[in-house]
Amino acid sequence: MISIKNLHASIGEKEILRGINLEVKAGEVHAIMGPNGSGKSTLSSVLAGRADYDVTEGEVTFNGKNLLEMSTEDRAREGLFLAFQYPVEIPGVSNINFLRTALNEIRAYHKQEDLSAKDFLAMVKEKQKLVELDAKLTNRSVNEGFSGGEKKRNEIFQMAMLNPKLAILDETDSGLDIDALRIVANGVNKLKSKDNATILITHYQRLLDYIVPDFVHILYKGRIVKSGGKELALEMEAKGYDEIKREFESVES
Amino acid sequence: MIAEKSIITSNLLEQLQKHAGKVGFMPDDEIVDAIRLLEDKGIPNNKHEDYKYCNIESVFRKEFKIVEQSLNEITNEDIAPLKIDEAINVVVVNGNYNNDLSEKMIIKRFNILSFNDLFPAEKSRLASLAKSKTDALIALNSAFTANGFFLEIEKDAIVPMPIHIIYVNSGTQNCVVNSRNFIHVRANAEVTIVESFYNIGTGKVFSNFVSEKLVDENAKLTCYTFQNEGELSYSVNTNQVNVNRYANYCNTTFTLSGEMVRNNHNVELAAQNCEAHLNGLFITNGTQLVDNHTLIDHQMPNCESNELYKGIAKDKSTGVFNGKIFVRKDAQKTNAYQSSKNILLSNDATINTKPQLEIYADDVKCSHGTSTGKVDEEALFYLKARGIGDESARKLLLQAFAQELIDKIEIESLKERVLKLFEKAL
Repeated sequence: MISIKNLHASIGEKEILRGINLEVKAGEVHAIMGPNGSGKSTLSSVLAGRADYDVTEGEVTFNGKNLLEMSTEDRAREGLFLAFQYPVEIPGVSNINFLRTALNEIRAYHKQEDLSAKDFLAMVKEKQKLVELDAKLTNRSVNEGFSGGEKKRNEIFQMAMLNPKLAILDETDSGLDIDALRIVANGVNKLKSKDNATILITHYQRLLDYIVPDFVHILYKGRIVKSGGKELALEMEAKGYDEIKREFESVES
Repeated sequence: MIAEKSIITSNLLEQLQKHAGKVGFMPDDEIVDAIRLLEDKGIPNNKHEDYKYCNIESVFRKEFKIVEQSLNEITNEDIAPLKIDEAINVVVVNGNYNNDLSEKMIIKRFNILSFNDLFPAEKSRLASLAKSKTDALIALNSAFTANGFFLEIEKDAIVPMPIHIIYVNSGTQNCVVNSRNFIHVRANAEVTIVESFYNIGTGKVFSNFVSEKLVDENAKLTCYTFQNEGELSYSVNTNQVNVNRYANYCNTTFTLSGEMVRNNHNVELAAQNCEAHLNGLFITNGTQLVDNHTLIDHQMPNCESNELYKGIAKDKSTGVFNGKIFVRKDAQKTNAYQSSKNILLSNDATINTKPQLEIYADDVKCSHGTSTGKVDEEALFYLKARGIGDESARKLLLQAFAQELIDKIEIESLKERVLKLFEKAL
């Protein structure tokens, strides 16, 4: 699905990713954990194509294509989806219009015809249920005046509508109460299949109780310093990141 | 410079007088005064504080050195596409009210008369709101105004459908058109008026429009101004509005084309407990200039005013918003809000925006805000991250920016017309 090799990225003079290696196959769920400032969000931003970062070294192959050469929109059209940590409010653009435009541009990229209004609305109705999103919200402006939980549910709703091959969920659990977390996780689980993959970026183990990962990676200072199964997440939760910090701080110096 | 100024003004006056002949539609003494004022003040240029970014004198010097007044006849076929189906369409051709092209009045307590058909007593009311001495362009209009119209909505009349006034200019050579009207909405009456401006000729037109609008006690006047005059047009549009006790005046102006468009929107809140809402949206490209000047004069206590102006400037175009709010000594408990938001789409485009608040009362709430920037990069990235291409994403965001104003239109076909032209201009 995606193969990341020796990825280095900086913002201005500051190098944030310092050689990431990661291989994600179809059907897998990977969790990337790490303390604040370890580069988790940078990784998701670089993969989605945010212009603020410079990739200085390394390569990323997404379904056999060079991801780093693609524009942000082409990455999405190829099936990469980023659920934002902070979904953007866009007053004046209705959720529905936004999704229809996105869906049809993705379809056009794959030389498919526009979805009919009827099929589109049927799809909206079906996918809304998945994240228990209030029908009223889909007619409102994108994320405008949504609560934190509604914004996150809207991200998963969009994911359900666009049906990506690889979904990167950037701190989707942050700011969610336990009920909202369960709804979001439930949505993500239902969307899982043998043909798609998920990368969960999170600070806490909590989300992983609901979305069980096949692999857990610990990111620290721009590198993956430890990988393991789901038990690694529990270990981190119990011990905190301090041990990792001590262990790799000394390697640093 | 003084010499040049007088040359341009006297050249203009001479040519207009030659074409106008002896016909005068304003009261005689008004015409005499107006011409004297014009000779005295001259057509304003950029040294005039109010016309800093909008040099009218230079337009006359460069584009209208010779005024031909070769005006075209207009037919029903010309007007048909400009009409609004759900409204009563009134037609003004080259400044003259045209009864034949206008739809017949099926509504009671609604009177429209050309200036020519007014009784002297009524005629004397013209120019009671828009005074020549306040602005040279008003003086120019008063001196040479065409056969405009007087529209009256009688007391207590609720007009059930919008009145659409189509101002259509057409000439084959340089024309200067001075259109004028007086709209009187009497006590407790309610009406919606759309004023659309077109130039369908092949010649350049300088359109100098003046509208006096008197809104009596407890009346409601909702106006839309639709400006789509095209690249051969230069226009100054003055609205002089007087709002009385418990009355409500609302105007939203859409400027979609026109090489130079200057709007002077002056509102007097002349009695207690009345309100005014002024809104505007423009999109400019090429070398266009759109200059919105508003003046809200809070004269009495407990009045409210709201202003929201938005602009998008492309290419080498210029947008101006100058919003003056006066709160006079007696106007305690005034609420006045003003906001101007702009987006620049090119490094060569310019936006000048200036709030001007003069407050002489001490118990008032006034606020103003202005912003000028580029398209929101975060929102752009969000849209692109969902597969929407750069161009469509930008269009979506610009439409969203404008939507707030377009949504103010309560006449469906006008809304569609504005939306279509706005999208085309993007």
